Amino acid sequence: MTPVLTELTVGDIVAEASFALTRDSLVRYAGASGDFNSIHYRDDVAQSVGLSGVLAHGMLTMGLAVQPVVDWAGDPARVLDYQVRFTRPVFVDATDGATVAVVARVGAVDLEALIARIDLTVTFNGATVLGKAQARVNLA
Amino acid sequence: MNPELQGRVFPPVAPYLVGREKVREFSRAVFASNPINLDPEAARAAGHADVVAPPTFAVVVQEATLAQLLAEPDGGIDFTRVVHGDQRFSYSRPIVAGDELTATLAVTSIKSLGGHSMVTAESTIIDAAGAHVVTAISTLVVRGDE
Repeated sequence: MTPVLTELTVGDIVAEASFALTRDSLVRYAGASGDFNSIHYRDDVAQSVGLSGVLAHGMLTMGLAVQPVVDWAGDPARVLDYQVRFTRPVFVDATDGATVAVVARVGAVDLEALIARIDLTVTFNGATVLGKAQARVNLA
Repeated sequence: MNPELQGRVFPPVAPYLVGREKVREFSRAVFASNPINLDPEAARAAGHADVVAPPTFAVVVQEATLAQLLAEPDGGIDFTRVVHGDQRFSYSRPIVAGDELTATLAVTSIKSLGGHSMVTAESTIIDAAGAHVVTAISTLVVRGDE
């Protein structure tokens, strides 16, 4: 069932999810996306550029963060526009991994265009890792 | 970074053919579980020609254009200092398996901020019929000398 635009109120939480990332997730994303930057799988390389260790691809965090919105909307084709700012790295420990939490709230409702703007709060270790994370969703 | 990059439009990169298994592989990698991303029957039942790519899939098509930018001889961009600042995708229609997509890069903005430079690169992605599919916009931050 497609969500009904007129039933949405700004601030409503429409979806929540958390994602358990491991080093395996990063290798999988590297292969699927073609981004083989070794800071995403080698601690020594990450440390050589001043990072504490391997971090998730920003595009992986961006990619998974919109999935609760896709499931809420019912069809990935409903996401018309999606933007984020990368503000903090998600470090993925070799044994403990990392957990990324996503809360999706209604940011704005456009009753003429039949579009909802969904704002995402994406956190790792209690701090937000994406800024201005917004998806515009067609609910026509 | 060369400020004269601003406004530069690059030649289109070679067409990218969107494969069904690539869409499924990418979908699994971004934790997409929607059947429309994974199952051609579910996608067709929802009115799509084949599986629909996740919203961030366009980065795979955009990548070759960013490689052009970083390789530009007079660009002066040291890729070891590049950090991804912002990313946006604006769709006219979703990407579906079977699409043949062509991306063209334009540098829309160059800014300096406290020793760092920021370049905004816009990749316009069209289908085989020439119709707009998605524009992928990246802002890259090039860190200055420490």
